[in-house]
Order: sequence, then C-alpha cells, then structure tokens
Amino acid sequence: MTGVRVLVGTRKGAFILTSDGRREDWAVSGPHFGGWEIYHVSGSPAAPDRLYASQSGGWFGQVIQRSDDGGATWDTVGNEFAYEGDPGTHQWFDGTPRPWEFKRVWHLEPSLTDPDTVYAGVEDASLFRSVDGGQSWHELAGLRGHSSGPLWQPGAGGMCLHTVVQHPSDPGRIVVAISAAGVFRTDDGGKAWQPANRGLQSEGIPDPDAEVGHCVHKLASHPSRPDVLFMQKHWDVMRSDDGGGTWREISGDLPTDFGFPIDVHAHEPDTVYVVPITSDSEHYPPDGQLRVYRSRAGGDEWEPLSKGLPQSHCYVNVLRDAMAVDTLDSCGVYFGTTGGQVYVSADAGDSWAPIVRDLPAVLSVEVQTLP
Amino acid sequence: MIRVRLPVHLRTLARVDGEVRLDVDGRATQRSVLDALEARYPVLRGTIRDQGTHQRRAFVRFFACEEDLSHEPPDDPLPDAVASGAEPFLIVGAMAGG
Repeated sequence: MTGVRVLVGTRKGAFILTSDGRREDWAVSGPHFGGWEIYHVSGSPAAPDRLYASQSGGWFGQVIQRSDDGGATWDTVGNEFAYEGDPGTHQWFDGTPRPWEFKRVWHLEPSLTDPDTVYAGVEDASLFRSVDGGQSWHELAGLRGHSSGPLWQPGAGGMCLHTVVQHPSDPGRIVVAISAAGVFRTDDGGKAWQPANRGLQSEGIPDPDAEVGHCVHKLASHPSRPDVLFMQKHWDVMRSDDGGGTWREISGDLPTDFGFPIDVHAHEPDTVYVVPITSDSEHYPPDGQLRVYRSRAGGDEWEPLSKGLPQSHCYVNVLRDAMAVDTLDSCGVYFGTTGGQVYVSADAGDSWAPIVRDLPAVLSVEVQTLP
Repeated sequence: MIRVRLPVHLRTLARVDGEVRLDVDGRATQRSVLDALEARYPVLRGTIRDQGTHQRRAFVRFFACEEDLSHEPPDDPLPDAVASGAEPFLIVGAMAGG
C-alpha cells in the first residue's frame, strides 16, 4: 500500500514516522542513536530501504550509520573525512585566517541512481563522495580548492555545506550551497567548480554583490525543470532560471524575507514554500504566528498558510533542512521545528496537523514516498 | 590483559556490555591501548582521538587509579595497576553539559 516514511533528525536522536497514503495515523519509531545530534537522515531514491544518517556530537565526533531495511536496523560505516592535501585556511568570523578543520556532516545526499553513491556536505565546508555505500569517503577537492576558498567564512551556524542539488539527467551537474560562501556549480562531476552567485545582494559583507561571501540558507529545485533554482538566503528569497547563472529576488509580498528552508511542490514546479522568520536575530515567526507561505507563481506573490498551525505565542524556528515534500497525488508538505513538532499537510499546505509535538529540537526532515 | 571502561555511547557503538578486556603487545601506554581498542572495534576510530593526528578529542578524558592521565604523553607507560589489570583504564566523556 502506498505510504510515506518521514526521516527526522533531532538534537538528541533520529525518529522515523510512517503512515499510509492518507497521512492521518502515524507510527513513531525512535529515538535511534539517542543522545546524539542527528543532522540528517536521507534515503536512496534508487533503493528506498537504503538510508544514511549523520550521527555526531561534541564528545565523540562523527559517525555515519547506514540501514538497508528502512531504518529497522543500522550499521556504522566509514567516518573518516580527510581533506585532500594541505587544507590551508579560510576566514574566521573576524576575518583572520583559520585552518580548515572537519567538524561534522550536515547533509547526506544519495545519488539519484546508485544506492552506493552518496554525497556528504560537511563543516568546514567541503563536499565528499562515497561510491561504496559510505564505507569510504573522498573529497571533491576542486570545490574547496577554488581560488575563493581562503575567503570563505562561516555563518552563525558554522561554515557548512548544507545543500546538494543533483541534475536529474546529467550526473555531471551538481549545485551546492555553503553558508556563508554561496552557491557553486560543477558541470564535470565535481572536478571544477564555479561560483554561481550573480544577482545576490548581501549586506554585512564589504562588497554586497561579491562573487562569494553570501549566506545562502537553502536551495530547492523541481526535477522537471532543473535549471530553475529557488533560494532562501539569509535575507531574500531568490530565483534563478539558468541553473544559478543569475539570480533575481522573488520575496515579493512576504512579511519578512528572512528564513531557512525552501521547497517546491512535487507536481507544480512553480509552487514554492518558505517559512518566514522575523529576523536574523529573532529566530521565530512574526507575531508569534507560525505560518508557511506558498507561492503558486514561482515567487513574488505569496499566501499565508496557517490552518492547523499555532497562531499565538509560537516562538520556534524551522531550520534549513527541516522541510520536505512527498510525491503522492495530493502533495504532502512536512516541516519540523526547534520546539520538537513535526507538522504535515496532506493537501499541499492548505491545512496542517502535528504528527508529533514533543521531540527534541528538529534539525532535519526528509520524506520518502513508498510504493 | 588491560581493562578498558568506555562511556555509554561508545559501548553502544561498539555493541559491548561492561568493560572491554584487551591484550596489548609490549608496554601498556595510552597509544598501545587505544591502538588495540580500535583494532578490536574499528567503529571507535575517530570517536576518541582524531583519525589523522591521533590527538585526543577535546571532550574526552583518560582516567586511571584516581588520576587524570589526559595530558600525559601518549607513549608514557600506564600505571602498573592498569598494566596488570588490577585497575581499569577509564575513557570518559567530559562533563560538559549537553
């Protein structure tokens, strides 16, 4: 029977939420890896029972877990993320040079076609790839080795590579995003990379339209239209129609254009979701009202979606990897909060209900649509 | 035979209950004990010390015989009581909130 499996990473473990296609009744499994920070859990599009999880913590560092049965059992795989060559330095918050140092895996992006190939976006920002199911990891060093690398600097959350967008038909084309360096694109499978930030404007850096230095929070794309990319930047919601070559602002009538996640409807490439957050220091929704905003026009015109969401005294945040969509006929939209709630909308955002209310702070939400 | 006591999260990762007992070739030192521990349980590589530099992770401490050995040179001999198995070598997650 058609169903969904929601993979939730939290500050203190992973949870797996499952339901049938109605998405009304849910089974909750977890915590898996209790006590550890789970930055991301993701499933292979090519083999949905193959899951990868990034397990980390301040005490004992980075562990990568893999499941081949949809999360019922897990085994550790490789956890050595060694930068290639002499890693050199990047910039620290104060502009002084700082040696590159691996800290954690933020994001695991399995290949669209091969269950054993998976990308890892890490802090300090770099991209690693495994082609043996996570047993060994190799840096795609051309990214960090770009001539701008010594100028990259961290965002408040750390200098993380948090987004990996694969082209649906050309495996050589990958777009990544780094906070706070910006967007980079490769057309040759990861050997050579170019910044893709033209059109971004960021206050807080010396040159507002610099080639790098932009605090990009998240990218999203619809597989039917891979050259169209949507971006939630630190401030500003942006769109590119040429694969990141140029960007234009589509914040339009949003109440605030600060936020973290962004995602696209599974069947409507111009329907986009964001969660506006008050400001870069006030990480909670405006007026204590939790609202997803949806544009059905590819940006500029946005409508608030609030039915079923708390509309008073709500001061949670929704982090960059904590929103996902399923591919059922009536597209489901999911997001998790720093207050431990995971919400689902089974009607593309028109109405919402909590799946769980009291998890640890949610770091990431992914969803798999199961046959 | 060296007795090693792991913190709970590392026992879970290594899938062991209670103390780990290791045979260490040659002199018992921090390095030789950790080498033997990681050889027996590869999953622990990188969780106690950096995989490249072998530096102790910042929030990991080494105790034995009511002494903090965290800052002792890694090739110094461990106390006789640890080398003989009379006392365990304790690997501890620092008390650092969380």
